[in-house]
Amino acid sequence: MSKIHTLSVIVENKPGVLARISGLFARRGYNIESLAVGPTERPEISRITLQVEVATPAVLEQITKQLNKLVEVLKIVELEESAVRRELILVKLKADPATRSQIIEIVQLFRGKTVDVHQDSLVVEATGSPDKLAALLEMLRPYGIRELVQSGLVALGRGSKSLTDRSAKVDRARPGVR
Amino acid sequence: MKDDTRPKDITGAQALVESLERVGVEVIFGIPGGAILPAYDPLGQSELVRHILVRHEQGAAHAAEGYAMATGRVGVCMATSGPGATNLVTGIADAYLDSVPIVAITGQVNSTAVGTDAFQEADIRGITMPITKHSFLVTRAEDIPGAIKEAFHIAGTGRPGPVLVDITKDALTGSAEFEWPHDLDLPGYRPTINPHGRQIREAAKLIKQASRPVLYVGGGVVKSEAYAELAELVKITQIPLVTTLMARGAVPDSEPLHMGMPGMHGHVSAVGALQRSDLLITLGARFDDRVTGKLDTFAPGAKVIHADIDPAEIGKNRAVDVPIVGDLKLTINELNQVLRGEDLGDYSAWRAYLTNLKTKYAHKPEPTKEDMLSPEYVIQRIGELSGDAYYAVGVGQHQMWAAHYLPFEKPGRWMNSGGAGTMGYCVPAAMGAKVGRPDELVWGIDGDGCFQMTNQEIVTCALNDIPIKIAVINNESLGMVRQWQTLFYGERYSNTDLKSFRIPDFPMLAQSMGAVGLRAETVEEVDEVIKKALEINDRPVVVEFVVHKDAMVWPMVPAGTSNDDILIARDLAPDWEELIL
Repeated sequence: MSKIHTLSVIVENKPGVLARISGLFARRGYNIESLAVGPTERPEISRITLQVEVATPAVLEQITKQLNKLVEVLKIVELEESAVRRELILVKLKADPATRSQIIEIVQLFRGKTVDVHQDSLVVEATGSPDKLAALLEMLRPYGIRELVQSGLVALGRGSKSLTDRSAKVDRARPGVR
Repeated sequence: MKDDTRPKDITGAQALVESLERVGVEVIFGIPGGAILPAYDPLGQSELVRHILVRHEQGAAHAAEGYAMATGRVGVCMATSGPGATNLVTGIADAYLDSVPIVAITGQVNSTAVGTDAFQEADIRGITMPITKHSFLVTRAEDIPGAIKEAFHIAGTGRPGPVLVDITKDALTGSAEFEWPHDLDLPGYRPTINPHGRQIREAAKLIKQASRPVLYVGGGVVKSEAYAELAELVKITQIPLVTTLMARGAVPDSEPLHMGMPGMHGHVSAVGALQRSDLLITLGARFDDRVTGKLDTFAPGAKVIHADIDPAEIGKNRAVDVPIVGDLKLTINELNQVLRGEDLGDYSAWRAYLTNLKTKYAHKPEPTKEDMLSPEYVIQRIGELSGDAYYAVGVGQHQMWAAHYLPFEKPGRWMNSGGAGTMGYCVPAAMGAKVGRPDELVWGIDGDGCFQMTNQEIVTCALNDIPIKIAVINNESLGMVRQWQTLFYGERYSNTDLKSFRIPDFPMLAQSMGAVGLRAETVEEVDEVIKKALEINDRPVVVEFVVHKDAMVWPMVPAGTSNDDILIARDLAPDWEELIL
C-alpha cells in the first residue's frame, strides 16, 4: 500500500541544488507530493521539506540513498508521525455584505485571518496541518473560491533535537538492512 | 618599501592550468573554441600537461575514459561551450554508467551572457546533471582552483564517475590571486571506505552455511584493483566465480574455478552458476538487467551478500541479506581474514557440476563458415598472437565475441562500453589507453558500424604518435541488430545492411588518415595481417577482417526472459542435467 512520507533534506545553499533534487525525482520516477524550500538559521544551509508517496519501503530507501549521493545534500531525515506539519493557504473568496460575516466567522473558527476586504471579495490567510486546511476549504467552498494558492508543507520534529545543529554530527544515513 | 611577498594576480586561465598541473594531470584530450580559448593560451605553454587535439569532442571524452581505465587515474577532456560541450555528452554518459573517473572541462559564455541564448551557449551543467557524479559552474577566476581540486577528488574517489567543470569565459579572462585550497569544502561528500566489521562477520556466517555459493564479480573489483585480495579469497574458499562484462580479466580465465561471464550472452556455466546458486557473494556488481534477465526469476534460490562502495546500489534491483558498504579491496581483505582457516562447506559436488557444464559447453570457433572468415575465430587469433595486450572494443556482436574469445589473463586491460553500450567507443578509447600506456600493445577490436562513428581519431593517433592497432570486424552490417532481426523480426533486415564490403574501403580509409591499412579475407591471411600489424610500431594500423555476416552471438538469453531459458544456438537449450549434492 502506498504511503506518504515527509523528508527533511538539509542541503548546502548553492545554486542548482533544487534542480539536482527535482531532476533526480523526475528521472528516477519518484513522485513528489509537495515541496518547500527555504533558508535556515544558518545562511550556508537550506532546508527542503519533501512529501513523497511510495509504494514500498524499498522505494523510500532508494530515494533516500539516491538523495544522499548528491554532493550538496548534507543530511536526510524522515520526520516521525508526531512532527509538526504546516501548510499556508491564501484564498480569495466571493463575499457580499450578506455572506461576509459568515465567512469571517468560519475563518476565525479555524484561527485564520482576513487579510484583504473588498466590495465583493475577501482574501483569507490560514495555516495549519493539511487536514485542518482541507476542512476549512470544504467550509468555504459554498461561498465561491475565486483563487487559491497553497504553500508546500513544512515540518519540524518535536523535542529539543535539532537537525541543523552545528555541533551535531552530520550522520549520512547508513544503508539499512531490510 | 614595496611588499613583494604578496602573490601576483594571475588570470583564471592561468589558474586553471596551474590547478591541473597541481592535481597531476599529464594529458588532456580536447578541442579549443571561442569560450574556452583563453585556457588554451597558458595550456599551450604548460610543460607538464600535454594536450592532444582530437577530431571530435566525443573522441575526447572516450579517450579520457580509455586513459582512465588503462591507468586507474582520472582522465581529462576539454571542449568549448555549446556544441563543443554537447558533443562530450555521450562520453560523459558512458563514463557515468561504467563508473569511469573523468573530469570534463568546458568553456561557457561570459557570465553576463548566461541565460540570453548567446552564441554557442548551452546549459551544459543542466544537460549533464543526470549523467554526472557532480558538476560545477564557475563564474569567478578565484573559484577555479577550488573547483578543480574538488572535481578531481570527487571523480576519483568513492564510486568513480564523471565530473563536469563549466567555466565562463570571464572567469578565465578575469584575474585573481592564486590560492590553492588546503582543504576540500565538501561537507556532503564522504564515501564509506571501511566496511563494517559486523557485516563482514554476517557475510562469513552465510558463506559457511552455503552449499552452492558463487562469487559474482563485477567492475567494482577492477575500479578498486582488488585483484590480489580476490585471488586470495578464491584460494581460501575454493568457491566458483563468474566475472561480468565489466570485470573480465579480474580473475584469469585459466583459473579452474572461473565459470566465465554471466548474462544475456554469457557462458552456460556462468549463467547456471548464478541460477542454481544458494548464495551470491556479489562483489562490485549491480544486478544489471543484462546479467539478471527477467529479474524475478534471477537466481531464485539464492541468498545475497552485496558488497559495493555505493550504498544506493544495494537493494536497488535485488533484495539483499547482507549488505556491505565499503571499498572492495578492504572488504575482500577483511573477508579473507575472517574466513582463513575456517571450516567451510564442501562445495566439491557443486564445483564438479559447474565444471562439467563449463567443459561441455566450451566453444571452439571454426575458422570459416561457408568459405568466409568466422568473426569469432578472427578475434580469438588476435588474442592468441598478441598476448598480454590492452583491448578496447566497440559495442555489438564483436564486443561479445571479444568478451568470450580474448585471453583474459591479466586484470585491468579490458575496456568496453558496458552500461551505455556506446557504439564508437573503441577507437578513441584505444587511443586514450595507448596514451596512458605508451609502452604496451593496445588493440581496438571494432565493428564496421562502430568504426564508422569515430574513426576520425585515427588521424589524431597518426599525428600524435599514438600507434594503436584497430581490427575492423567487417560483416557489412549492424550485426547485433541484424541478429535480433533474424531471431525476433522474421529476418526482415530493416536498415541494418551497411554495405561496407563495398564502401568504405577500410584499408584505403586508414591510409588516407595516416595509418597502415590491411585486409584479410582468408584463414591464411588472418595470421599474416595480425603478425604484420604487430610489427608496425611507428604508426597506427587498421586491419579489416571480412567476415561472414550471419554469424550470431551464442549463448543468448532473449531479452525479457529468464536466464533459465538461455539458448546455446537457435532453438537449442543446454542440457542442465541434474544437480546432485
